[in-house]
Amino acid sequence: MTPADTLRFATRAATGYPLRTALMILAMSIGVAAVVVLTALGDGARRYVVNEFSALGSNLIIVLPGRSETGGVGLGSLFTSTPRDLTVRDAAALLRAPDVQRITPLTLGNSEIAYGGRLREVLVLGTSADYLGIRGYRMALGRFLPREDLERASSVAVLGATLRDELFGIEPAVGRMIRVGDRRLRVIGVLEKSGQGLGMNTDELVVVPVATAQAMFNTNTLFRVMVEARSRDALASAQRQVEDIMRTRRDGELDITVITQDAVLGTFDRILGALTFAVAGIAAISLAVAGILVMNVMLVAVTQRTAEIGLLKALGATGRNIRLAFLAEAALLSLAGALAGLALGHLGAWGLRLAFPVLPAWPPDWAVYAGLGTAIVTGVLFGVMPARRAARLDPVQALAKR
Amino acid sequence: MAQIELSGIERVFTLGDSEVHALHAVTVAIEAGEYVAVMGPSGSGKSTLLNLLGLLDRPNAGTYRLEGRDVTTLTADEQAEVRRNRIGFVFQSFHLVPRLTAAENIALPLMLAGVPPVERGPRVAEALKNFGLDTRANHRPDELSGGQRQRVAIARATIMRPALILADEPTGNLDRATGQDVTALLESLNASGVTLIVVTHDPVMGGRARRRLMMEDGALVGDLRADAASTA
Ligand SMILES: Nc1ncnc2c1ncn2[C@@H]1O[C@H](COP(=O)(O)OP(=O)(O)O)[C@@H](O)[C@H]1O
Ligand SMILES: [Mg+2]
Repeated sequence: MTPADTLRFATRAATGYPLRTALMILAMSIGVAAVVVLTALGDGARRYVVNEFSALGSNLIIVLPGRSETGGVGLGSLFTSTPRDLTVRDAAALLRAPDVQRITPLTLGNSEIAYGGRLREVLVLGTSADYLGIRGYRMALGRFLPREDLERASSVAVLGATLRDELFGIEPAVGRMIRVGDRRLRVIGVLEKSGQGLGMNTDELVVVPVATAQAMFNTNTLFRVMVEARSRDALASAQRQVEDIMRTRRDGELDITVITQDAVLGTFDRILGALTFAVAGIAAISLAVAGILVMNVMLVAVTQRTAEIGLLKALGATGRNIRLAFLAEAALLSLAGALAGLALGHLGAWGLRLAFPVLPAWPPDWAVYAGLGTAIVTGVLFGVMPARRAARLDPVQALAKR
Repeated sequence: MAQIELSGIERVFTLGDSEVHALHAVTVAIEAGEYVAVMGPSGSGKSTLLNLLGLLDRPNAGTYRLEGRDVTTLTADEQAEVRRNRIGFVFQSFHLVPRLTAAENIALPLMLAGVPPVERGPRVAEALKNFGLDTRANHRPDELSGGQRQRVAIARATIMRPALILADEPTGNLDRATGQDVTALLESLNASGVTLIVVTHDPVMGGRARRRLMMEDGALVGDLRADAASTA
């Protein structure tokens, strides 16, 4: 029997029982579609986060107090003695580095904010004028923190959009006096609504000059310093310069950690990549289930076609002929199911992209190939047993079956 | 040397505790080109004998020489090859593949033998013509009459030009007139030199064979030759 004939015979057999064939293709296609859609979702989420991070500015360097052993994003200063403060002066000194464009110091603390009898908990961010530009935020009303000496504790504040709404309702906010902790501050601006923002929600923040915040929380150290390099290419040299400056300021000891956006991104990329992979694995289980279904359907087919198998043997078919014919049938059904599932999965991913335009829900190439491959391999593997059973049938008994 | 030589054939089926001696001490020789009817009551072992002759079954004891070769010791694949090239089967219930057309059913043995489609076409067309099935080539079995189905089956049994045709009650499912047509068809094949062995209940059909093997309880109890009978 030539391979072409085996294939043709298997095709005729598959199309000869349309209901059974449709059922099997459906089962297989659901498995493959699940892989495609879920990985599209996972990878879409990964790409979304990576894009969001890149939007923050990929030439950002973040300086935090304390030495991290790995130099990456880690547990930081667990094993070091209490680090020296990272001060506003340190931050200002970083501007001397030739490859540094702008810097902005950050201090964070929790406090209370009050206006006209309304009182609520609030996250206070102490920073400087360049924060707005470095983070790429925009003002909805008024202006951002004034450009002034970093050590000057002006009594001004900028509100996040949500915070403004909660505190002032329909009243105008700019120009009003609010109380934050034990300080009275004048509202000079309101940030534009940004929605998300990883780490902290700027819509709920009150932003004050860094010196004001430090006085409020009675601290000298900064939470971190954000440094913007002149360009993406200058990132590595800027990082080196930052480290050099800090080392000279600390008598040769580098007790700060410098991380780049790339390191953060890489971590997220890895985590979400692994997540996508895990999700693909879970989806692949449905393929195994489909494989078991293939096996059972093929076993039923062997029983249904017992008389035919007996006849083929009487006509001179070898066990191999019969085994190959049934295997080819299982493979064909799996292939058809896999292709149908691929189409279905792409349709689903398209639907996801329609429903959530911000999510780039494209299935990664590897998932598509893995899904197709797994479908065909399981189909054939689970087809082996029924095919062997068919090949071993006793022709006399098979012929006696009606 | 006869075409078929059976000697001391035993075939025992075990059903639970009981043993059924379907064939017992069967020894017979059949020459090439003979026309043999196997007759006997139901359950006497006729089908078992035919299956054995067709290499679909193996005896528990005894030897079977086909064209001088001991075929009982062949491997399954070697037996399949012998069936493919030397033996044609015709069954009482036709055994056509329901999803395939008449032409495709006839082409099955050629396909199994690996004959390429371009060669199959003309051979199948010729067979369809010879068996008066040209207008039915693309019909499925359920669109054919009983007689037509059996003609498709006979066309299929002869497409490989076998040396031996084994027919197990080929007219059992046909009405009298159609049965006679099919019998005539098989006899014409025999006339062209193919050995024909037919299992039949029908005394008329049996009477037309030049040799009759009578079976009873798995044993050969009579071997009647028409020419010997006529001289007696
Ligand atoms: N596969 C089998 N298993 C058990 N017994 C069988 C089998 N095939 C045939 N027999 C028994 O062997 C005997 C002969 O059967 P068979 O050759 O079919 O008779 P016939 O064709 O003459 O009617 C019967 O008693 C039958 O029941
Ligand atoms: Mg019988």
